[in-house]
Amino acid sequence: MLTGFLRTFVAPAVALAVMYKVVVALFGRNDYYMYVLTLACMNVILATSLNLINGFTGQFSLGHAGFMAVGAYVAGSLTKFAQISFIPALLVGAVAAAMAGVLVGLPTLRLKGDYLAIATLGFGEIIRMLIIASDQIGMKFLEGPRGVMGITKFTSFAWAYLLAAISVWVIANFIWSTHGRACISVREDEVAAEAMGVDTTRYKVMAFSIGAGFAGLAGGLHGHFLQMLHPSSYDFLKSVDYIVMVVVGGMGSLTGSVVAAVFLTVFNEVLRRVMELRMLVYASCLVAIMLTRPQGLLGGKEFSLGIFRFLVPPSKRPSVRSDERGVT
Amino acid sequence: MEFVQQLINGVSLGCIYALIALGYTMVYGIVRLINFAHGDIYMIGAYIGYKVANWMGPHFVPALILAMAGSALAGVTIEKIAYKPLRNAPRIALLTTAIGVSIFLENAVRKFVSPNFLPFPDLITRVPYEIGGVTFSNVQVFVPLVAAALVVILQYVVLKTKPGKAMRAVSFDKDCARLMGIDVDRIITITFAIGSSLAAAAGVLVGVAYPRIDPYMGVMAGLKAFVSAVLGGIGIIPGAALGGLFMGLAEVMAIHFINSAFKDAVAFVILIIVLLVKPSGLLGKYASEKV
Repeated sequence: MLTGFLRTFVAPAVALAVMYKVVVALFGRNDYYMYVLTLACMNVILATSLNLINGFTGQFSLGHAGFMAVGAYVAGSLTKFAQISFIPALLVGAVAAAMAGVLVGLPTLRLKGDYLAIATLGFGEIIRMLIIASDQIGMKFLEGPRGVMGITKFTSFAWAYLLAAISVWVIANFIWSTHGRACISVREDEVAAEAMGVDTTRYKVMAFSIGAGFAGLAGGLHGHFLQMLHPSSYDFLKSVDYIVMVVVGGMGSLTGSVVAAVFLTVFNEVLRRVMELRMLVYASCLVAIMLTRPQGLLGGKEFSLGIFRFLVPPSKRPSVRSDERGVT
Repeated sequence: MEFVQQLINGVSLGCIYALIALGYTMVYGIVRLINFAHGDIYMIGAYIGYKVANWMGPHFVPALILAMAGSALAGVTIEKIAYKPLRNAPRIALLTTAIGVSIFLENAVRKFVSPNFLPFPDLITRVPYEIGGVTFSNVQVFVPLVAAALVVILQYVVLKTKPGKAMRAVSFDKDCARLMGIDVDRIITITFAIGSSLAAAAGVLVGVAYPRIDPYMGVMAGLKAFVSAVLGGIGIIPGAALGGLFMGLAEVMAIHFINSAFKDAVAFVILIIVLLVKPSGLLGKYASEKV
């Protein structure tokens, strides 16, 4: 566990610090780069958490932005109206989103494939519409369609990076745990998993609510980053953005999600130079990637130092654990 | 009286949803794809109608026919370029491509036509009527009539013609249909052409009934039409028409009798209820899962 922690936190942090130093040395300190990188960190949380649901558990969810909205509104209201400090507010927001995930998941996860996709889409939109109607259903302080202004800017790059690293670490550990393997078995064949004694409903709801909780965490960061809460920030197209990151990166590849989240965030910013054509180029690239690599850039593969295994002579390689033998 | 008034408004809106839903349901029935770009084909139809009316003067028939032809071409092109190469790919890749196409179409219109709301020309001169305290215009009679005519033509094509028969065979079992000598690719093309032209007709009718069009008009309308198709039982043509009508009525009733803030929420509430109570839709049959 400690080595895992070192590998997932310390190594990338050092690598990033070095890269940051190089970038600063080459181009000078730039607030805009920090803005883009912070955005990328939040997108990493959203893409990996969505991949847990879509890629690893095989439950196609199209309502991720709805859970992000729950986290953003809960955390934002707590810091603004209850003067609670940042991190506890974020955590409460994440827990609220996870609870919303259980509430949405319990009834809808009975559905499969496309039906589940549209049901989650519906729930995501209903969450947004409840926020829009909030000033008419006795929640005046949420300001309905006008949005809440004046949220303190607590989100810095350091917080976003730290929380992104923790999220990826937790999700990765979940996936490679007993529970994660159960989730993967649900993805591979639900009927067979059920027959082997896997409580499929329990694992589907578990993965769904964990994913929703992390979306809520990222939502809290997002709200304190934009310094406002607005229902239009969490619409269907936002959910689509994360689907795109997951699919482009590769379903069932955390590395893929991280790479795609960073790549697409930066790509989107680079395209701002061509202003008007931005979304056209973005959409064309998306279609082109899908046509050439329908399984995503890193479909199902993880990047790890293991790919350098061939450097180690066979006699010195660590023995394969029995439970991994024969697993492809 | 208020209720009858809203009934008339609802039918007119519902017919538009029904026409879009038909395209959704046909495409889903054949390729099992939620064609997210379908709402944007509807938008393209409205824009072609707008352009034609600006060139040729405000005549309804040429605008309708050219919009339907143009959108059919667009739909078939999209199918050939973006969907056909992915026929054996994972479903989610296909769905993502459809989303990509949708973003592309919206932004292409935004960039090359206009990002703003455009006033749709008056293709039909409005004549208001009043019968027993209920006011309505000739447009509100005309829209359902055109929609009904198109649905009747579609039913005829699907039930009585050879391509229609082939279409039903492909939607029943694609591989078996191929074995029986049906050119599946051609049938898919025909399906996209018909579905897209119906969406374009809806686009022109919406321009006539609610004279304001914009590049993003297809997003919400498309989602609602999709919900209509699910409501009626996806893949079932009369179901889509029924679902669309129901959706239009429910939306108008919700706006007038509950609260206008729930205008769009109503569609999703209906969707959730249908999926939880009868996932196969109103006219659908229960199919058990094969192991």
